[in-house]
Amino acid sequence: MTALTNHAPVLLIAIPLLGAFAVPLIGKLGRQARNTFVGLIALITAAFAGLLAAHIFGQAGAPSLYVLGGHQGFGIPLPSGLSVPIRIILEVDGMGAFMALITALIMLTGAFFSFSYWKERSGGTLFYSLLMLLTAGIFGMELTGDMFNFFVFLEITSIAACGLIGFRVWLKTSQEAGFKVMALYTLSGLFVLLAVGLLYGQYGGLNIAYLASALTGSTIDIVALGLLLTGLALKAGAVPLHMWAPDAYGEAPAPMSAVLVANSQASLYGLFRILFTLFGLTISVGALGWILIVLALLTIFVGVTMALIQNDIKRLIAYSAVSQIGYMLLGVGVGLAVSAAKPDFGFVAMQGGIFHMLNDAACIGLLFFVSGVIIRATGTRDLNRMGGLAHSMKWTSVLFIIGAFALAGVPPFNGFASKFLIYEASFKLSPFLAVIAILSSILLLAVFVKVFQAAFLGAKQEGIGGEVPMGMMVPMVALALVVIVFGLFPGFFVDKIVTPAANALWYGRDAYIGLVLGGG
Amino acid sequence: MNIGNLPFVVAALLVAFGIYTFLFKRNLIKLVIGVSLVETGVNLFLVTLGYRTAGIAPIYTFAPEAERMVLPTPQALTLTSIVIGLATTALLLSFAVFIHRHYGTLDVRKVKELRG
Amino acid sequence: MNSGMSLIVRTVTRLVYGLALVFGFYVIMHGHLTPGGGFQGGAVVASAFALLLVAFGAAGIKGRLNHHLLQTLEEIGALAFLALGFVGIGTAFFYNLLANSGSLFGGPVPLGPNAGVFNAGGTLPLMNWAVGLKVMTGIAAIVIAMLIGARKEETE
Repeated sequence: MTALTNHAPVLLIAIPLLGAFAVPLIGKLGRQARNTFVGLIALITAAFAGLLAAHIFGQAGAPSLYVLGGHQGFGIPLPSGLSVPIRIILEVDGMGAFMALITALIMLTGAFFSFSYWKERSGGTLFYSLLMLLTAGIFGMELTGDMFNFFVFLEITSIAACGLIGFRVWLKTSQEAGFKVMALYTLSGLFVLLAVGLLYGQYGGLNIAYLASALTGSTIDIVALGLLLTGLALKAGAVPLHMWAPDAYGEAPAPMSAVLVANSQASLYGLFRILFTLFGLTISVGALGWILIVLALLTIFVGVTMALIQNDIKRLIAYSAVSQIGYMLLGVGVGLAVSAAKPDFGFVAMQGGIFHMLNDAACIGLLFFVSGVIIRATGTRDLNRMGGLAHSMKWTSVLFIIGAFALAGVPPFNGFASKFLIYEASFKLSPFLAVIAILSSILLLAVFVKVFQAAFLGAKQEGIGGEVPMGMMVPMVALALVVIVFGLFPGFFVDKIVTPAANALWYGRDAYIGLVLGGG
Repeated sequence: MNIGNLPFVVAALLVAFGIYTFLFKRNLIKLVIGVSLVETGVNLFLVTLGYRTAGIAPIYTFAPEAERMVLPTPQALTLTSIVIGLATTALLLSFAVFIHRHYGTLDVRKVKELRG
Repeated sequence: MNSGMSLIVRTVTRLVYGLALVFGFYVIMHGHLTPGGGFQGGAVVASAFALLLVAFGAAGIKGRLNHHLLQTLEEIGALAFLALGFVGIGTAFFYNLLANSGSLFGGPVPLGPNAGVFNAGGTLPLMNWAVGLKVMTGIAAIVIAMLIGARKEETE
């Protein structure tokens, strides 16, 4: 068991990759064999994510290191006199393990939901291949301890994600979205690469821990930080760089929209890792925190107002997904703004922002799945042409209410638990922030009441089949259970997994550096 | 101006031209060219970082007895980035092929069903 | 519709095609000693395929390069690469089990400038072959797919 735990970080990347390349071969044996194989790979990957999380949270979020290719690297003395071990490493701390849990949850439910969703369509084999590739890329972004590998995994997710967005080549809009998203993803990746080059040129290293220990906060560092912030905010879909996000989430097949949200969250994780672990206090965190807060407020506001005017159910959910990215940014931005003085409410804000990542993944995932069910049943995405679905799909409508209420932050669901932490902490920094956040949540509730009224209520329509098949119901119920359980017992989860994750960012910089450089 | 800085200037110019092309051109193929230009600029920047005066390539096979070898990391980074660039360009061009098939044009002003 | 190109292009292609193949395989084979390796060599080999396609057109190579076969080979290449990573999992992923073992590719490597020991490098040469296989078939598949896409466009 310990051997498996030790190798879990690399297996989380290698097993989905193995799946990605083996699926097309297995697919030749027929659909049943393929689905069994994909399900098996997804289950094994999720099990390893659980194992890794249990291990990391067992040691209270302290980082652990995995060296690819052997135990010892060899040192090359740099002009600065410091000898850096040359090796490829994966470094997992509380935050990385937390993100791995989110990814595993969404990947697992997304894969199983797809089995029923893709039943009638051909070409599903490559679809699963891309899903596995995307999963491997997301895990890589979350677990790597090296700036350049971060870029490589970022590009792997970009390519796989755009393959999924444009997967339905027979739809003209999906091709348009695919091109747009791929072009912007590539630019964001190049910004990151340019920043990596700037850092490498100054310090001669790519290792996050080494760079963190060597950073001086020079002008070039600030330029690099600006590039990283732009690139990763673009990839995460923060306003004003959000224009690709509704297209991407809206045009991708419904189960994949949820995985794309996990992908955006991985970029957000990269941003947090860079701000807290790489740069830490070498930069003026106050100003930077306020930049994040402004971005967050813009994201929340624009996301919700744009959601309000949509008639297309998937674009509506896509815009609400954009607005939720704002809440995460708000929580962590408040934390960053005060991270020099480290008052208590700053930590609460961090907890809220990080907890909201998990909660958002669960309820946005649920809502995208429900939207997929609705689109399949009615054959349209236009809210004005739907209605009366509650007559034939009682369970789906209940699941939709759960997801929508959770996303809008209504107690007792999980969205409330994390949003409440964010409101509370941001109120202490400035009441204005909390007011905007609360008002936007109320607006979001109005949005979903509109959707519910349009899609589920009203006279029964002809030609709508009965309840969805079990294969789609089970993943949705699983996510709904996550939503409810995390909403009913938030204290337990905040203690067990959110606090170590927040700790890793807030206090964990020295431990992160020390583990790689030996005592620091 | 130091002649050694010239590659950095060229890299910056390439990135600037690329971003200009990306923002102001109306043809999808030209957008792809813009992205490729940015990529080339970044690659040039990376590979220039690894330049050392009178350094030789870090290959031990029949290596001359020279004073210094360059660290191969920037070259490795550039190669990786080129490989990734190949994949992204191929994907972008395939999207362009499909867009042309669906819309019958490559003009971005006419390819805009997704708005708002 | 004549999909090929002029006689000059075809003749030059016939001359260069074999050379490009040999050079590509040489680059893959000596990846652990000289510049290049799996990706570069694979790209050279694939460029030879692309040259064929351009010179003789899709009709000219019909039946000689099978799209599905290429994809299968590509996946086998990728799986072989991963398998070589898993071989060392007893120590760590990607651990070079064969280096300095005395067996296949396990020869000792002298430190400093040398004439190049071909029988060295452990799993690295094998990985080069795996990557080379993946890249040459992958790029060839991309080129063929794009050519098929373009053809469809013309006939529609």
